[in-house]
Amino acid sequence: MDITILCYLIPALVMFCCGVYGFLTRRNMIAMLISLELMLNAVDLNFVLFNRYLYPASNEGWFFTLFGIAIAAAETALAIAIIVNLFHVSKNIDVRDVAHMKH
Amino acid sequence: MESLGSQIVYWILAVAIVVFSVLTVTTRKILRAATYLLFVLFATAAIYFKLDYEFLGTVQIAVYAGGIVVLFVFAILLTTRPGDNSQLLESRKKVLGGIGALCAAGLTAWALFSRCADVCRSLPAMENPTMHKIGVAMLGSGYEQYLLPFEAISVLLLACIIGGVVVARKR
Repeated sequence: MDITILCYLIPALVMFCCGVYGFLTRRNMIAMLISLELMLNAVDLNFVLFNRYLYPASNEGWFFTLFGIAIAAAETALAIAIIVNLFHVSKNIDVRDVAHMKH
Repeated sequence: MESLGSQIVYWILAVAIVVFSVLTVTTRKILRAATYLLFVLFATAAIYFKLDYEFLGTVQIAVYAGGIVVLFVFAILLTTRPGDNSQLLESRKKVLGGIGALCAAGLTAWALFSRCADVCRSLPAMENPTMHKIGVAMLGSGYEQYLLPFEAISVLLLACIIGGVVVARKR
C-alpha cells in the first residue's frame, strides 16, 4: 500500500470536523477553545502535507505552519487570560451567561 | 511502495488521531478533553516526524504540548470547582452541531475523493530543511525568506504579553 496524500488528509479532515462539532455544541468556554485548537491543528497539518507532497523543493507550507503555531500559542494565552478574568467577575464560564454581561 | 513498518506507524497515527479527536469533543469531563487534545497533538507531531520535518515536530511538541496544554490545565483547574464539571460541559445543540460537522465532512471528503484521488501516489524525495537553511530563511528578506513575518510575530508576542498582564492584573 502506498501512503498517498489522501491517507493523511482524511484524519486531518476528521480532526477539523470534530473541532467544528465541539465548537458548535460545547458551552464551557475552555472546551470551545480546545475545539478551536483542534481546528487550527488540522489546518497546520494540511499546510505541511501539501507542502511535502506537492512542492517538496520549497518550504512555504512549512514556514506557514511554524508561524501558525506561534500565533495559536499567543491567541490561546490571551484567551485564557480573558476567561480567567471573566471567571473572577461572574464565577462562571458558561457562554450563555457571558451574553448577559453587556446589560 | 512504503515499507511495512512505515505502514504500521501510519495506521497507528491515523487511528489515534481519529479516536482521540472524537473523544476530545464528546467526553463530559473537561480535564479529560484536555488530555485527549494532548494525545492528538502528539500524534500530529509524530506525523511531522514521519514526513521528515524534524524541527517542526519538535516545535509542535514544545509549544503545543509543553505550553498550550499546560495553560489549558491551569485554566481548567482555576475555573472549575471539583465535582460539577460534568454539568458544565453538557451540550444542547448536539443534533445541529452534528449535522453541520457531518455535512462539512461529507462535502470535503467527496471533493477530496473525486478531485485529488489520483495526485501524488507516493512520498516524493526531499532534502531535509537543515537548521542552517531554516535560520537563513527566517532572517533574510529575499525570495522565500521570512524576516517580516518573523518580526511581526515578535511584536505580536510582545503585545500578547502586555495584553495578558493588563487583562489578568488585580484592580
